[in-house]
Amino acid sequence: MHSDPKEKEQNGDGRMKKDIILAGVGGQGILTIATILGTAAIKRGMNLKQAEVHGMSQRGGDVQSHLRLSDDPIWSDLIPYGSADMILSVEPLEALRYLPYLKEDGWIISNSTPFKNIPNYPPEEEIYREIKKIPNYVLFDADTLANAQKANRSMNIVVLGAAITHLGFSQEEIEEAIKAIFAPKGEAIVEANLRALLAGIETK
Amino acid sequence: MPKLMLLGDEALAQGALDAGISGFYGYPGTPSTEIIEYAQKSKQAAENNIHRTWSSNEKTALEAALGMSASGKRAMVTMKHVGLNVAADPLMNSAITGASGGLIIAVADDPSMHSSQNEQDSRYYGNFAMIPVLEPGNQQECYDMAFYGFELSEKYHIPVLLRLTTRLAHSRSGIVTKEPIPQNEMRKPEDMFQFMLLPAIARKKYQHHLELQKDFMRESLNSPFNAYKTEASSKKLGIITTGLAYNYLREAFKGEEIPYPVLKIGQYPLPEKQIHQLYDSCDELLVIEEGMPVVEEQLKGLAFPGLKPIHGRLDGYLPRTGELNPNLVAKAFSLPDTIGRPVPEIVVGRPPALCVGCPHSDTFLSLNEVMAEYGRGHVFSDIGCYTLGFMPPYNSINSCVDMGASITMAKGASDSGLFPAVAVIGDSTFCHSGITGLLDCIYDKANVMIVILDNATTAMTGGQNYTGYGKLEDICLGLGVEKEHIRIFVPLKKNYPEITQIYKEELAYNGVSVVIARRECIQTLKKKNKMETVE
Repeated sequence: MHSDPKEKEQNGDGRMKKDIILAGVGGQGILTIATILGTAAIKRGMNLKQAEVHGMSQRGGDVQSHLRLSDDPIWSDLIPYGSADMILSVEPLEALRYLPYLKEDGWIISNSTPFKNIPNYPPEEEIYREIKKIPNYVLFDADTLANAQKANRSMNIVVLGAAITHLGFSQEEIEEAIKAIFAPKGEAIVEANLRALLAGIETK
Repeated sequence: MPKLMLLGDEALAQGALDAGISGFYGYPGTPSTEIIEYAQKSKQAAENNIHRTWSSNEKTALEAALGMSASGKRAMVTMKHVGLNVAADPLMNSAITGASGGLIIAVADDPSMHSSQNEQDSRYYGNFAMIPVLEPGNQQECYDMAFYGFELSEKYHIPVLLRLTTRLAHSRSGIVTKEPIPQNEMRKPEDMFQFMLLPAIARKKYQHHLELQKDFMRESLNSPFNAYKTEASSKKLGIITTGLAYNYLREAFKGEEIPYPVLKIGQYPLPEKQIHQLYDSCDELLVIEEGMPVVEEQLKGLAFPGLKPIHGRLDGYLPRTGELNPNLVAKAFSLPDTIGRPVPEIVVGRPPALCVGCPHSDTFLSLNEVMAEYGRGHVFSDIGCYTLGFMPPYNSINSCVDMGASITMAKGASDSGLFPAVAVIGDSTFCHSGITGLLDCIYDKANVMIVILDNATTAMTGGQNYTGYGKLEDICLGLGVEKEHIRIFVPLKKNYPEITQIYKEELAYNGVSVVIARRECIQTLKKKNKMETVE
């Protein structure tokens, strides 16, 4: 399905820097992914900048978030073109929209379940074909995996699960962040999200 | 102390809370909304009984903030850039009255028009009103500038304009907070002339305002938010950045030392002395600013005789419109540009759309049935989610200009003979700026049908309360709409026969009709249901 899963996580000098484009459709939960990764990064003492989309686009339009994590100071809130380490998308068409941001050896991690709220949505097979042109990709049906875990609303967390090793985070770090973030919503929701995370991690 | 992860908007709100603010005033508008939303959720604000409810519009908000300032307390008014047009009257005049307690006018601009009708730059208003302007370059400066802005405001008894842009307002980063300071005590104005702009008094006050300009200039020269890096390996170019443009400059040079002198601006008026030094010491200047070419025009127009080139948005070094980014700035230096793979041709746009189950959808589809015989060009609309009624499959409306313009444009069109003339306006927008327009209609007995989309919230900006909630019929009655021409329906598919009948009857009436389509926003309803499940 994709090439070697374990990536070199750090810059040559041992300092970590990850630029991630989170993509999806308004309401699909990309900001939750950002919050979880951000929480884990802060815990490590990393710097973070996270540009979000609020407003009109959130009404079913395409939304994206630029998430920058680094041991060094971060200047721009926006990731420069051609330099993102990863496009993490909860929707396949949206994964393609941000290709100009992805660096040559960057990863696409994407849900394969389309969100069709436009009349001219392209054929899925063509979308998948384009994604598979990228050397490093993980394309999988996160909706079905979430449903199988009885975590229907946690598709976004499944997608996150598939991404974390490529981002250099451990399962424990992300679990800890999920517990902290979802605790106010109750034990059942925490558990559902942990199951979703694991399902994503086990996707290879 | 652990860093707080806050949006630029939120950092500003937290800064204001820690700096002893007594009241936030404002009207929701992307990208400014989260300032007051943050204060509304803040435990600290609740414990200290800080005013943080929404106002009817930006004008009433600024005036209320001025009143709080006049009573000695610190106040902040928040709005998006186009909101400042609504509040331009109190802005210009509060510059002359001045403030008492610290007064910050926080305005969030939206370059690239992510969620706006235009990309006007609020710094022009700052120059116009001749008041100090602060422009934070990162989230920490948003926080720090709340303290600084209130102090500056109280030092010179002057309102301070704080300008944010989308990318900072809606980007999150860690900030370090300070020890909170207590609120000011309430006190009546000492000078009974201060807020009394009778011409004879206003002339004196305006003179005083002009005299303050040199103080504002001195403050800019010494401002902690303006930095002048003179050491440089090359003096071929001098760089001026404003606000967050500095970050893009550093990013373009990959965090390495910039080889040219750099004047980083975060406070206006522009520190002329440093600008002259930069101009004198370099062969050419490059101005990098987010928004319109405010600084560039100032330099080209006034300060210099045009002997040396000044580059920026006006001569194509940077694009004339839209947001900046690190790549655009790199290109201005002819640095190597980076770009990934092109977007595949199959990728189509995904414009925002009305939600599934949105009440507006039923209001529009039923309206279309009745309007079909007249063709397009009869339905004036307004600012909100329902502006999406322009898009397929609805194609129901044909205007979106400014808050409240649906009613008044329909009136003007009716005055010129258009029939039918229909206005479609949201409940919150109606309370913002539609009520006075309705009064105009009633005064002239204009032949208009006004459809108020009552979804019980300010939906576009995420579901904020509004001042006229639950009072729409009473407002219309009170203004003088005849009782039998205030009609209410529930926008649901099963009600289309009833709805179209109401539309037809009110179109047939030669006078002012108000038709209220009442069903709660599907998003706020979902949120409520979720909260009930959690509880």
